Amino acid sequence: MSGFKHTIAVLVNDQPGVLQRVAGLFGRRGFNIESITVGQSEEVGLSRMVIVTTGSDTTLEQIEKQLYKLIDVIKVINLSSKPMVARELALIKVKAEPSARPEILGVVETFRASVVDIGANSMMVQSVGDTGKIDAIIELLKPYGIQELTRTGVTAMIRGNAQ
Amino acid sequence: MSAQTPEVRSTEQLREKWMKPEVISGSEILLRSLLLEGVECVFGYPGGAVLYIYDAMYGFEDFKHVLTRHEQGAIHAADGYARASGKVGVCIATSGPGATNLVTGIATAYMDSVPMVVITGNVATSLIGTDAFQEADITGITMPITKHSYLVRDVKDLPRIIHEAFHIASTGRKGPVLIDIPKDVSAAKELFQPPGDVQLRGYNPRTVPNRLQLDKLCRAIGEAERPLILAGGGVIYSGAHEALYEFVTRTQIPITTTLLGLGAFPSGHELWTGMPGMHGTYTSNHAIQQSDLLINIGARFDDRVTGKLDGFAPHAKIVHIDIDPAEIGKNVPTDIPVVGDVKTVLEMLNPIAPAAAKADAWRAQISEWKGTHPFKYQDSEEVLKPQWVIEMLNETTNGEAIVSTDVGQHQMWAAQYYKFNQPRSWITSGGLGTMGFGFPAAIGAQMAHPDRLVISINGDGGMQMCSQELAICAINKIPVKIVVINNQVLGMVRQWQELIYDNRYSHIDLSGSPDFVKLAEAYGVKGLRATNKEEARKAWAEAMDTPGPVLIDFVVAKGENVYPMVTQGSTIDQMLMGDA
Ligand SMILES: Cc1ncc(C[n+]2csc(CCOP(=O)(O)OP(=O)(O)O)c2C)c(N)n1
Repeated sequence: MSGFKHTIAVLVNDQPGVLQRVAGLFGRRGFNIESITVGQSEEVGLSRMVIVTTGSDTTLEQIEKQLYKLIDVIKVINLSSKPMVARELALIKVKAEPSARPEILGVVETFRASVVDIGANSMMVQSVGDTGKIDAIIELLKPYGIQELTRTGVTAMIRGNAQ
Repeated sequence: MSAQTPEVRSTEQLREKWMKPEVISGSEILLRSLLLEGVECVFGYPGGAVLYIYDAMYGFEDFKHVLTRHEQGAIHAADGYARASGKVGVCIATSGPGATNLVTGIATAYMDSVPMVVITGNVATSLIGTDAFQEADITGITMPITKHSYLVRDVKDLPRIIHEAFHIASTGRKGPVLIDIPKDVSAAKELFQPPGDVQLRGYNPRTVPNRLQLDKLCRAIGEAERPLILAGGGVIYSGAHEALYEFVTRTQIPITTTLLGLGAFPSGHELWTGMPGMHGTYTSNHAIQQSDLLINIGARFDDRVTGKLDGFAPHAKIVHIDIDPAEIGKNVPTDIPVVGDVKTVLEMLNPIAPAAAKADAWRAQISEWKGTHPFKYQDSEEVLKPQWVIEMLNETTNGEAIVSTDVGQHQMWAAQYYKFNQPRSWITSGGLGTMGFGFPAAIGAQMAHPDRLVISINGDGGMQMCSQELAICAINKIPVKIVVINNQVLGMVRQWQELIYDNRYSHIDLSGSPDFVKLAEAYGVKGLRATNKEEARKAWAEAMDTPGPVLIDFVVAKGENVYPMVTQGSTIDQMLMGDA
């Protein structure tokens, strides 16, 4: 069952090996990881991971329960069950001869992305947004020739006071 | 044995002696910490990375160290000790090959939720990651098979880590915890201050169940016409056998116990239906399939129990009581989930549980099945039948021994024909099915219970996987009675090849096995052989009269199969019954 996309946030102790424990759990139990990001949280000593995964609701329930079995996992939140803001960052190095630049800039502006570097015949575009927006800008830049592409994966948060 | 038993001291005395803040080495911190955790016995094997630890153990007698002949023997012995005693088993090995030799034993304990603390040495912190001599990333290797693990980077953390490790291993769903100690950490000196309370934010096992769920369960019992209890190892691990007995006598619900649950409920009781699953009883499997309420208490719906999942207990409302929330709904969708410690749950249930009053016809049905479909085999006067040997062991010991087994046909016959009435009397590798486990585990069980009769039942294949531990039986006068059910083949594999692979007997012939009697004698253990019933009775009587360890080689019929059998892909009531 491939099922739906779920975004979960996992608050973990900032211990060596904790990323390995979490990623290893997914691999070993056959859970899919679409993207995983990790960084500091609001509390010293704790990191927050945001994981995008696909699977049925039963799989998601198992993922949450299995994560809770890890001693270094403090809290698991299913973000996609709530109103959330989800963003990822992409850096796209696109081939850009001077003649093509105005057109590319048009795309960049429309997506409210920005150009963060210009080379002799390339430009580096930075885009922040939900996954769909990033997919779309990449699609539009493809015809010009994408030389290099890197995406961070999704990080996300629940809106306002929603719990 | 008494000479080996360490002097028993009260925790108070120990505390007085050891709790004074003092600058000592990491190794001494380890030993003191183990004492403070109440450790009486550890199993281990030295090497370069743990030499400081072994040096600190020189002349040390506050707990006993058993030097096995292989790290695998050490970890299985620690496991057997833990299963038989209910305490945390402890095992020590060196870095690299010493540590990797523990992997099978750690996985065995993990699959069966056995509390263990495994201590490995590692190369010095400055060398970690350099592929130094005898370096292995043992925390990385064992991550999927430990409940938790630590790589100690600073000696200051050692007291806290050891205390946490014991806490994690022995609470919630129990399991093995690994502590990897680099050589410089075991050498470093530090002011030892015993740790305070364990504080782990992410670890709060829920022991007390939700009362509303218990009420739902009680209502379901009152309504059920065909209720059945499926009890597993969790009953034994939580010490809930008495509460379970009370629950069954109150509710009068028939009960089946899984392989790891054997001994959780007295086998002689009229409501006991035997073991379920692949080699379970006709009664248990049919009862599961026809039940309208299945109350799983501390079992995990293993595939050897459920058979084909869709089609399992098709008419039943499923209740699942487990300390581990992740088990609930993992394999079988649950109607009434109850998360909590099995003993706590049953003790809360007992005062409120009604009798299953609508189940008279069901109880009659079950008792009829029990009468018409017992385990059976075709006995013989010419050759020894393995089932007969187990029956003889059962009769002559009144079902009161601690029995460990290895893995294979003999394991299933022991489960079928030995009648357990007490918890922690049955020691077997259920989840991982580890050959080589049984004999060293019996040694551990005997260390835990020096005065009880411990019988180690092995196949001729598995016996050869840890036979080197005969040495520690002889040296430490560990009086295990070692039974080899010698059918000259890898019996369980032979059975599958016969029934499923069309008699294509690929690589199962054990010709070239040692003469087990001589093998025992080579280590200084008494060896006996039996090839017929009379010799068998005589040899067993002699073994029982001999104070120390004895090995008995029972040469049995080669082609015997374990029945009933549910082949893979069938529901559990589709059973091959054999021709007996
Ligand atoms: C370490 C390990 N290797 C292989 C197996 C697969 N296996 C399961 S039963 C069995 C045969 C065991 O033969 P034996 O020890 O002679 O016991 P028997 O079945 O004849 O009683 C084998 C090879 C296993 N369970 N464990």
